[in-house]
Amino acid sequence: MSAQLPLRSHLAITAGRTAAAVSRAVGRGRGQVIGGRVMLKIDPSLLRRLAAPMRVTAVSATNGKSTTTRMIAEALRTAGSVAHNSTGANMAAGVATALATNRRAAFAAIEVDEAHLPAVAQSTGASQLVLMNLSRDQLDRGSEVRMLAERWHSMAAALGPDVEVIANADDPMVAWAASAAPNVTWVGCGQWWTEDSALCPSCGASLTRTAANWACQRCGLSRPETAWFILPDAAQIVTPSGTVRPQLALPGRFNVANAAIALAAVTARGVGTDSALDAFGRVNDVDGRYVRASVEGHEARLLLGKNPASWTEMMQLVAGSPALLVTVLNARGADGRDPSWIWDVPFEDWAGRPCWVAGERRFDLAVRLDTAGLEVLGVSLDPLAATAEAAPGQGLDIVANYTAFQELRGQVVK
Amino acid sequence: MTVLSGTSDGGSNGGAVTIVHLYPTLMGTYGDGGNIRILVRRLAARRMNAHLITVGPGEPVPDSADLYVLGGGEDRSQVAASRELRNSGALNRAAARGATVFAVCAGLQVLGHDFEVSGGETEPGLGLLDATTRRRSRHAQGGAPPANARNRKDSVWPRAVGEVLAEPLDGSPLLTGYENHGGGTVLGPAAAPLARVISGIGNGSGSAAGDGHEGAVQGRILATYLHGPVLARNPALADRLLELATGSELAPLEVAYVDQLRAEREHYVKTGKLSAESVHTRR
Repeated sequence: MSAQLPLRSHLAITAGRTAAAVSRAVGRGRGQVIGGRVMLKIDPSLLRRLAAPMRVTAVSATNGKSTTTRMIAEALRTAGSVAHNSTGANMAAGVATALATNRRAAFAAIEVDEAHLPAVAQSTGASQLVLMNLSRDQLDRGSEVRMLAERWHSMAAALGPDVEVIANADDPMVAWAASAAPNVTWVGCGQWWTEDSALCPSCGASLTRTAANWACQRCGLSRPETAWFILPDAAQIVTPSGTVRPQLALPGRFNVANAAIALAAVTARGVGTDSALDAFGRVNDVDGRYVRASVEGHEARLLLGKNPASWTEMMQLVAGSPALLVTVLNARGADGRDPSWIWDVPFEDWAGRPCWVAGERRFDLAVRLDTAGLEVLGVSLDPLAATAEAAPGQGLDIVANYTAFQELRGQVVK
Repeated sequence: MTVLSGTSDGGSNGGAVTIVHLYPTLMGTYGDGGNIRILVRRLAARRMNAHLITVGPGEPVPDSADLYVLGGGEDRSQVAASRELRNSGALNRAAARGATVFAVCAGLQVLGHDFEVSGGETEPGLGLLDATTRRRSRHAQGGAPPANARNRKDSVWPRAVGEVLAEPLDGSPLLTGYENHGGGTVLGPAAAPLARVISGIGNGSGSAAGDGHEGAVQGRILATYLHGPVLARNPALADRLLELATGSELAPLEVAYVDQLRAEREHYVKTGKLSAESVHTRR
């Protein structure tokens, strides 16, 4: 049921594909962004036209949006064809490429950058918005958390009841933003990183918190009641029709939280719980995240930690691992040029742990980890120099931020 | 209020340096909590006891401590912190008594007479520093055009974002850090700049490129726009604060990787390039 597109749109798609192919041919990347930009330049209405016949789910968050979108896409695939921006190109251009690549799709599952969500949600006419969490990320060029929440709030206030918002009730910033929408399904996904929601997003008073609840004593804003939530063991999900225990290939409590909100989203699209959970269980790497690769005889696991909240979760994940911990930090444009956020990660919790430190900003990270009491075995620009320090057969847990991660993936994943 | 004693004296602060970390949940957006970790660590490394008190919103501020630290934060948090401190009066009492106060970025603005937030409103500060802060965009509109204005672009002053290198007025080692602020601060005659800017914007008033000043010093009150965290990147500044707070001279201290970090940042600011030297291993 592909859209009947005008000539201009066809020209736009052809030109965009050509640009993407040229970009790939000269080794400038995967071409999704440049291709999409060319498409939208030629036909600014292309997103709306391509999305018109699809049921669009847009997913946004500071952390977990790629994984959750992937889970949603896998589950929707059991019900029909899905357009999905699976490589993380998550602004209008990347979304245009994804939709143009699968024009006959019944569904679209798209992850969208937090700042671009209002524009992309509107231009695609998304009928389902999945809103997960907001925390500090790339403050040198991104927006402060509260400003993002405000943009989401304005977007939500303009939605009609035909748009279903599925939102994390445990993140006060997200809950306040989503509460402006007329049609919200609340999911209790947990919030482990609370440093960016000390104040009421509505009135600015200090929020009071208990283990499972938050509220503002001044204006009365409080955690909405949820019919969907993860249990404190972070292994089971309560749904309106019973409690389930997802068997995920992906590690970490945050991935159970991702599965909970993904489950609420695909259930609303008519996918049964069992098929959805099976589909989630098939997701084993997400654009290189969690992937295992062999590096000079050592099994390496690649983990992305791009901001304080996600780095903290990755440290939790590797806590009991016998592998050598390799931490990698860059501060290029895509990472945020100010890496001082590493001081927000509670590395003190892992004092005594041996680690290797690498990347362009290795000295910043070495000072941080040494101050926290980790045993810094050495530092190098190249993360793979750590193999010299690993015992024979010892694995490597490599936690890297964005550009460091991308580069490593290119090096070790064949 | 959380009280932590890094001591074996059973929680009494006899002989310990009492440090108050003001509102980390409000004023800690840019890793500035690291400054506290550095202060505590540098005391511990010299076998001096640190008595750390963390004050949250709504909690009483002790007025008898040796050193107070206030970090940076978003507009709303900054206003909330400023109002709490004005209502409490404890920080002003402590400063009048001669306590040492250290503030970063939005914290610097709070210590001044007043500061403007992004809505255009002016909020009174604590008046501990002879300083006033307006949005850089307002300086650009209100003040005379910068002397070096060559085109219209120069009349709009962008947010000050990026690496800073500055030369402290007291002759201590170069100050290195990262700034990210939309405010431009003018110092009055009672305050002196902490450092002269070599690269970057600093206090950000006077012209699009700033007025050459970075930070402020007034008696035992020190403030800077630099994150990094600034004390992690500038151990000499950390020791200057600790010497003010303890009234005693401190022995030099070697800390792993700090010299390399400082050299790497200085190299980057001067050449625009990252250094790519070989592997360092500690054995």
